[in-house]
Amino acid sequence: MFRVGISAEGADPCRRGNAGHIASGDLKGARAIFRRIFPILLVPLTGCSGVQSALAPAGEEAAGIYQLLLVMVVGGVLVWLAVVGLLLHAARRRKVPWTEEQAGRLILFGGVAFPVAVLLALLAYAVWLMPVIRPWFTQQAPQPEMIEVTGEQFWWRIRYPAVDGMPAFETANELRLPVGERVAFSLEAADVIHSFWIPVLGGKMDMIPGRTNTSSLLPTKTGVFRAPCAEFCGTSHALMAFSVIVMEPADYLAWRRAQAAGNGTRGSEGERLFAFHGCAGCHGIRGMTQAASLGPDLTFFGQRQTVGAGTLANTVENVTRFIRNPDAVKPGAKMPAFDMLPAADIAAIADYLVGLK
Amino acid sequence: MTERAELSVEERKAQEAELREVWQTPSGWRYWTSVNNTEIGLWYGSAAFLFMLFAGVLALLVRVQLAVPDNDFLSADTFNQAFTLHGTVMMFLFAVPIFEAVAIFLLPSMLGARELPFPRLSAFGFWSFALGGVFVCGSIFFGAAPNTGWFMYPPLATDKQYSGIGADIWLLGLSFIEVASIAAAVELIVGIMKCRAPGMRINMMPLFAWYLLIVAGMILFAFPPLIAGDILFEMERMFGWPFFDATRGGDPLLWQHLFWIFGHPEVYIIFLPAIALMAMIVPTFAQRPIVGYSWIVLAAVGTGFLSFGLWVHHMFTTGLPQISLAFFSAASEAVAIPTGVQIFVFIATMLAGRVIFSVPMLFGAGGLAIFIIGGLTGVMVALVPFDWQAHDTYFIVAHLHYVLIGGMLFPVVAGVYYYYPLLNARKLSDRLGKIAFWLMFSGFNVAFFPMHLAGLRGMPRRVFTYPADIGWDWFNLISTVGAFIFAAGVAIVVIDVLRPKHREPKGEQNPWNAGTLEWISEPEEKWGVRSIPIIKSRYPIWDQPNIIEDIKAGRFYLPDAKDGARETLVTSVLDAEPIQCLRVGGTSVLSILAAFSLGGVFIALTFHWWIVTTVCAVMTLAAIIAWLWTGTAVIPKEEIRDVGLGKTLPLYTSGPQSVGWWAMFITMAGDGTAYASLMFGYFFYWTIHDDFTAGHAGPGTLWPLAAVGLFTLAWLAMLAARKANEGDRDARTRLWLTLSALLTFAAGCAGLAGPYLTGMDPTAHVYPAIVWVVTLWTVVHGGVGVIMQAYCLARSLAGRMSARHDMDLRNVVLYWHFLVITAITSFGVLGLFPGLR
Repeated sequence: MFRVGISAEGADPCRRGNAGHIASGDLKGARAIFRRIFPILLVPLTGCSGVQSALAPAGEEAAGIYQLLLVMVVGGVLVWLAVVGLLLHAARRRKVPWTEEQAGRLILFGGVAFPVAVLLALLAYAVWLMPVIRPWFTQQAPQPEMIEVTGEQFWWRIRYPAVDGMPAFETANELRLPVGERVAFSLEAADVIHSFWIPVLGGKMDMIPGRTNTSSLLPTKTGVFRAPCAEFCGTSHALMAFSVIVMEPADYLAWRRAQAAGNGTRGSEGERLFAFHGCAGCHGIRGMTQAASLGPDLTFFGQRQTVGAGTLANTVENVTRFIRNPDAVKPGAKMPAFDMLPAADIAAIADYLVGLK
Repeated sequence: MTERAELSVEERKAQEAELREVWQTPSGWRYWTSVNNTEIGLWYGSAAFLFMLFAGVLALLVRVQLAVPDNDFLSADTFNQAFTLHGTVMMFLFAVPIFEAVAIFLLPSMLGARELPFPRLSAFGFWSFALGGVFVCGSIFFGAAPNTGWFMYPPLATDKQYSGIGADIWLLGLSFIEVASIAAAVELIVGIMKCRAPGMRINMMPLFAWYLLIVAGMILFAFPPLIAGDILFEMERMFGWPFFDATRGGDPLLWQHLFWIFGHPEVYIIFLPAIALMAMIVPTFAQRPIVGYSWIVLAAVGTGFLSFGLWVHHMFTTGLPQISLAFFSAASEAVAIPTGVQIFVFIATMLAGRVIFSVPMLFGAGGLAIFIIGGLTGVMVALVPFDWQAHDTYFIVAHLHYVLIGGMLFPVVAGVYYYYPLLNARKLSDRLGKIAFWLMFSGFNVAFFPMHLAGLRGMPRRVFTYPADIGWDWFNLISTVGAFIFAAGVAIVVIDVLRPKHREPKGEQNPWNAGTLEWISEPEEKWGVRSIPIIKSRYPIWDQPNIIEDIKAGRFYLPDAKDGARETLVTSVLDAEPIQCLRVGGTSVLSILAAFSLGGVFIALTFHWWIVTTVCAVMTLAAIIAWLWTGTAVIPKEEIRDVGLGKTLPLYTSGPQSVGWWAMFITMAGDGTAYASLMFGYFFYWTIHDDFTAGHAGPGTLWPLAAVGLFTLAWLAMLAARKANEGDRDARTRLWLTLSALLTFAAGCAGLAGPYLTGMDPTAHVYPAIVWVVTLWTVVHGGVGVIMQAYCLARSLAGRMSARHDMDLRNVVLYWHFLVITAITSFGVLGLFPGLR
């Protein structure tokens, strides 16, 4: 079976310059030091495939957590070396064993005093960091504009709200965000628990049926990234991802305006067959008469990186494969197989969809 | 110590013949009806190891599938079944049972006892475990294994179309095994508290006993919430009661709370006994007593307590308020401190002794080096912000395997090499042991270290495949290679254990020159200890001269078995003063019958075979009553027994002096915990909804309060029955018992009348559902109470219960204390609470 990740073009952390700024100035001092030390330690960690890596932060939350990680890795390595060194030393035969009093003191200092001090410091750091990277939304505070993301087996429904005179619109499996602006999300699940996670931007927030969770992210770099579902959600949990495209604010606004306007009719044979064979019964394409929303919206499908929520590269050939038998590409997918349709019809529909740019 | 006249060789031989006759293992097919702790321990341990190897093979299949991107070695669904079963089997069928096995095997001789107090209960536990385990594991060969992850989160796991019968197999099969675990916990707690050799005060117990006491206590409070969760879960799956269905007022998060209130202590239930093995091994190889005995005991107790306050760290990404996240983060960090103390106690003991380094120490030290990495990554993921990134990634897979394999599997293998001479009078091979160690140690690190990096690079857990070129390809290939190296190491351990050794000469009885009592047991003798010694030290073999010789010469307590019964001493809880000579159950098929028929109940329920379920339930009840009737509270021919050294002890005690009373008390503590978990559910729904009744009529106030009153009267009647029996008035006792049973029946009817008469439909909304569940739980307990009353009545009529011999009645009254608290709480809350808003 052939699958691809999202093209990493433009997202390669090796080719990007220094990280974008972090909004909170408190983090800067420590960061300068680590920027110098850590490239050496973490070369094997970061590598160059950063589209889905917590080690190549492109957002404020991910950067804050990355620094916490660096502190802990250094501390952890030192503690491990010290304790295992002591253990090896203790395992050697010595002429004069320690007295019971000396040994007792080791327990007191090594087992109690030292860990208490270190853990308190770490805890203080982490508890301070929490609200810094994930600001609390209270009932009183003005709610920022919220993008609604709903997890469904095994794809992502994304609704942008109406703003600045532009109507709300729905899309799927591809999230576009402006760089340097905090964006809030309202997270829900349609069927089972899923988890919303864009590793390069920040940590997870679960999507739980019957509940609405909120989270917010502040991207600091432009690029194309990948976001997998992070809570086991059934047969094709492994094949449920979305792409994240962080854009310059002006480009973002232009994209949003175009989305809200919808896609014009092509008048092509593929478009006719799309309606004729009932595809439009589940999939909405703004600009066509029916506005179904059972399955993923396909309005600007041709712009998307992948077909099947991160499963295959978005090519006519792969879309054809998917339509013919979704279950063979993505086990457990809810879309039925259409292998009874004439091959020419499927090809025409695939051609039409990939052309929706 | 009162000296007794030295016995002649003939007298000694006669005593030994008696003992051998009483404690012999039956032959032929009846071998399997044995209940002796050495057989049960061995079977239990072997079965747990077989399940471990099975789950290990599943892990290798998982690793093969993940070796390269876009692999199709396993289908998505088979993969999901494989990783679910791998986790489930390792946790429930290996990690917990192996310690029950080791404890059942070692504890009696370690405590200087002949047996644990309830050998038939041990046998029942083993057979339940074996049957349940085969049922759960076998499901994968029919493609019907659970496939929702070992954590079974609803609504995925309540979706019958997705999870099929697998989820029922998980819920019912494991509930059955949990029953066995709780049975073992009761056995171990009572054994450790009441069956120590005279003089072994509680602060002189071997550390292994301390740890097992703590762990058994944890099982008692950790497993019941899961059982309560299982009940809610099955009610939803079988009858559509919407406990986790958000559309009808339920909430999937309640399951997560109940599961992790069990699931996190579970980690320490697994880890502490392994540390206990280390606490036996390290002093032996340092050739000195442990340094900081009270430090390590306090640390273990502290770990046990703290482990119940950490569960939310499995739920840091569910959207709970940051303030509670910070609290649970602090508690999770705190548990690192007692853990660190335990590690430093070992290091300090080694520094203060002269270490002899051999294979058990190699596995112990290697395990510690691995475990420390797991502990450090544990400190990392306990910090909320880092967990937001690491949660549900391969970083966690790496972390938990570093903890469990370093903190549990390596110490267990160390224990196998250390204790093998107790099984076979020969050591395992040093050479094979070293080869196995280096293969396991290097293979483990090659397999699991790269997972940290894959996880940080964004690889989620539980994925059956992954795309190429996003930075995980090499890590996964290396992990797979490492997994096979590790498996080769495990295979060598298996070969070393199984290879025939009868040609090798027998070794010494205490080959490592250890200081604790378990080394006095002789593999070919089934009596445990030849005579029950008086203990004056934590390391009696080191500190009490000639103790082994004196024990073997029968110079201590109970050197004979003149009445042909299996006997051991019962001592007081703190100071271990002898208070009773206890006759324990011998070889019997009843425990197997009870286990198999109870298994039948659970298996038939899985397939909704209601008639078979009912038949099996009746058989279970019959087997248990037959077991109790013939084997417990037997009135001895003589009241007292000369146990030697000029001491005579009663053969029958009741109330808090007796082991049966303690077992009832402990069982009811566990039962009360399950009940508390259900009530937690009730109030949980209240907190998440503005109006959790959602407009549904409640059970009213009248009927619930009538139930409270009637249950209280029934309880008072039980107290009156006990009083009458103390005054030796049989007729009155029987009258009060009958009256109490009738009152209980009326109380149950009143309890059911509330929700029934107001037409509460449990499938409509979660409020009626939780009311029904609490009602049914209480009424079923009332029903069990009536069965107990009928049993007491029958015992009284059969002349098996009297004023002096009132163990049955006192245990049943104890049950009633718990029952009346349950009833008052249930019906008080159901009747009054909705009105108090």
